[in-house]
Amino acid sequence: MSATALPPGGIPARAGEQEPSYLTWSYTVKDWLLTIDHKRIAVLYLISISVMFLLGGFAAMMIRIELTSPHGQLLTSEVYNKMFTMHGVLMVFFFLVPSIPATLGNFCIPLMIGAKDLAFPRLNLLSWYLYTIGGLMALSAMIMGGVDTGWTFYTPYSSVYSNGNVSLTLIGIFIAGFSSIATGINFIVTIHKMRAPGMTWFRLPLFIWAHYTTSVIIVLGTPVVAITLALVVVERLLHLGIFNPALGGDPILFQHMFWFYSHPAVYIMILPSMGIISEIIACFSRKRIFGYSFVAFSSIAIGVFGFLVWGHHMFVTGQSMYTGMVFSALSFIVAVPSAIKVFNWAATMYKGQVWLTAPMLYALGFIGLFTVGGLTGLYLASLAMDVHLNMTYFVVAHFHFVMVGGATLGYLGGLHFWWPKITGRMYPEGWAKLAAGISFIGFNLTFLPQFVVGYLGMPRRYHYYPAEYQIWHVLSSAGASVLAIGYGIPLIYFLWSLKYGEKAGPNPWGAIGLEWQTASPPPMENFHEIPVVTWEAYAYDDETEHGAQEDRKDMPGTEAAVRQEAARDTEEGHPQGHPAAE
Amino acid sequence: MNFPFLPERASTFSDQVDFLGLILTTLTILFSALVAALLLFFAVRYRRGSKVDRSKPQHHNLVMELTWSIIPLILGLVVFAMAVIPYTQIYNPPKNAEEIFVIGKQWMWHLEHSNGIRENNELHVPTGKPFKLTIISQDTIHGFYIPAFRIKRDAMPGRYTTVGFEATRPGKYHLFCTEYCGTNHSEMGGWVYVMTPADYTEWLKKGGQGMPDRKVETAEEQGRELFTTLACSNCHGSQDTVRAPSLVGIYERPRKMLSGKIVNADDEYLHNAIRKPEDNLLDGYGQVTTMPAYKDDQLTEEQVHNLIVYIKSLGRASGTPVATKTVPRSPAPVATRPAGGTPPPANNTTPMATPGQPSAAVELKSGTQTTATPSAPTRNTGSKL
Repeated sequence: MSATALPPGGIPARAGEQEPSYLTWSYTVKDWLLTIDHKRIAVLYLISISVMFLLGGFAAMMIRIELTSPHGQLLTSEVYNKMFTMHGVLMVFFFLVPSIPATLGNFCIPLMIGAKDLAFPRLNLLSWYLYTIGGLMALSAMIMGGVDTGWTFYTPYSSVYSNGNVSLTLIGIFIAGFSSIATGINFIVTIHKMRAPGMTWFRLPLFIWAHYTTSVIIVLGTPVVAITLALVVVERLLHLGIFNPALGGDPILFQHMFWFYSHPAVYIMILPSMGIISEIIACFSRKRIFGYSFVAFSSIAIGVFGFLVWGHHMFVTGQSMYTGMVFSALSFIVAVPSAIKVFNWAATMYKGQVWLTAPMLYALGFIGLFTVGGLTGLYLASLAMDVHLNMTYFVVAHFHFVMVGGATLGYLGGLHFWWPKITGRMYPEGWAKLAAGISFIGFNLTFLPQFVVGYLGMPRRYHYYPAEYQIWHVLSSAGASVLAIGYGIPLIYFLWSLKYGEKAGPNPWGAIGLEWQTASPPPMENFHEIPVVTWEAYAYDDETEHGAQEDRKDMPGTEAAVRQEAARDTEEGHPQGHPAAE
Repeated sequence: MNFPFLPERASTFSDQVDFLGLILTTLTILFSALVAALLLFFAVRYRRGSKVDRSKPQHHNLVMELTWSIIPLILGLVVFAMAVIPYTQIYNPPKNAEEIFVIGKQWMWHLEHSNGIRENNELHVPTGKPFKLTIISQDTIHGFYIPAFRIKRDAMPGRYTTVGFEATRPGKYHLFCTEYCGTNHSEMGGWVYVMTPADYTEWLKKGGQGMPDRKVETAEEQGRELFTTLACSNCHGSQDTVRAPSLVGIYERPRKMLSGKIVNADDEYLHNAIRKPEDNLLDGYGQVTTMPAYKDDQLTEEQVHNLIVYIKSLGRASGTPVATKTVPRSPAPVATRPAGGTPPPANNTTPMATPGQPSAAVELKSGTQTTATPSAPTRNTGSKL
């Protein structure tokens, strides 16, 4: 099939500087809502995901305000329960899972492998509509009275006892699941079939490897959770006994099926972030990534082992002791590939030219917080320790270190890294560094106290709590308001930069990678001529040895342009061998 | 506001968990500090344009890759092994542990000691004595959690879970529900009172503090009454009949099912056999059963438990029947059947199985109290279930 995504009748001109970008070739609402251009769809996703993030963040703020007092002041228990459910559902299913793949992945994957679009542009658009419909259903369920099950929807509470709009929310998540699957299939096919000539598997940026693994997990795992949630709806509406023991069902079956997806889903959230970190660390250390193949294969290892550890969520349920042992051991093993990545990133900076830009600050923050998040996961993988810590704030702190300190910081790092490419504008660097610093401090102040209060025994999902835990909650809430400022500043300067930001040029970071060889923002067709790749990924070292790049104004495209020119000369004979060129 | 940092330690298990915590915390701090130090050091030393030696940059090094893969792997597996042992201990309580039956329901904990004392949202235990909690839920999933003991186990509907502990330090400790169970989830809980053995004996004598009446029926006594009022004894006599097997001495014995599968007649099995007899047919009693299924609305979890305790009292595989009362007042329902001299089921080797003994042994079980109203055995005990 044709891989190009040119609008009907709207082939962009090829007139050099005046050529319209994907943002400017048309301004009609129809051309945005019916676009099949991966870049425009990425922008649509970016907007919808940001809305979901703000709504989920609002719920988080309500929770944190409420928990400053052990007796609550603002909300009833019922509303409090709906708040944490809303926070979890929106953040997990509608922000974290699609965040990086659907925005940065969607935008960058074709650019990074030298393709004109994803393999199935219409499927890509469909995925955004599915996401939007699912999201609106979940939101309307919340507006029309809310859901109080927690984002995990444990049965039989969700299928029998809850009076909230459980079914509508579940159907919304079910539909949004198909948007993930569509994105996953699209990425797999694109990465297999549409790489530019010379872009071999081991010349791929690690961002692509991470997304490839993520896509495989999405395609294998999401159907399982979709079926599981659909079965809850069936039990709720038709009273078929599946998970409810009173009807002959088994509530532990739900937990197995739910975590079979939802644990790998953690890797769906964190792997793309890891891919971003590899890009940023290499670029701003001006050095090839250390141990490329180890970093690439550690993603695969995480993907494989990630599917074999779901039972570690169930050490204190009725699960057999021996099952628990197997899952515990595997959980320790899955920590190793993450450790490999962390040490390779650190080693990449060794003898590099470290340029502390805003994306680099986010990346360094990611590595630190992810390390803590990963190590505290070992507490929960340890059987006896998990008996104490399971379902306490320790768990809450641990997964927020991975999901917020890891996935979200990586997402923000990536957004800062590719923002000049997406919009063609620079954001104010000083403000961006400030925001990164504030986020880092706010984050630690929010979630470090939760480790302590969790170890003290504070259960999660508690509206009222014993007064002796209050000090830790007050600290945590104070941190949350700092964190909110850290997230608010980028929102303002990103919007500001759209109009007032300095023009970025094709390659403001002097980065190596095909996406930096085309204009910012890129033209509709990405590349006028399909690039031919003759160099390894992250071939920064020539620069490193010759000294640092002095000023980014000198940078745009020079290095890359030369390379591309050279490549074209040498491979003149067979550019048409590339599928996207047809 | 006080500033607690570690929870109190009040059980043998809590010491083991905190030791594990110390090791894990050390590892976490060491590794995090190592990573942070590397990042900061490289970021400063190799900052853009700094005049330092950058010759011969490396891009891969197998030895280093293996080092930072294998060391974490080994450390991880050591921690794994250390954490397994205490886990198997608390989820496999010793045989001599005293049983406490726990029911979770929205939004309270109901606890029943083996001597019949019942408590709501409170648990009194002595130090230095192993206990085994048998936990079930009457509605949705709950989580039974005592932070000072570091123990937790989910209360599942329709199946029993167990956890053991031995308290070490007298005091008053939190009892929480940790599995989200609805609107008042955060208010489901109470206190655990750990007492010295002497105080505990005193407390027992009073029949438990806060109990409105001092007459305490044991679970076994209530089970026996239920056994009569539900007319279980019409079919389940002291010996097997065509219709139904005898329940004497079956507890924790292997039973052959209609499907040919051999199952152990433990708490779980008996629970299911009462709730869903049609799914638990024994071999040799036909393809159908005339026994009604006792669902939630007919028997509470507490009543099912009482029945199981009674069945257990009819003799267990390991040996002596559990006899707590010694003064028979009225003939026990099972014992009144014409049982004398009849050989029990062939595989029964407990003392009770000896011809002539069942009636005597079972008669020991008959209760001492006379005030119980058979129609509502659980309603007159001060329990607010």
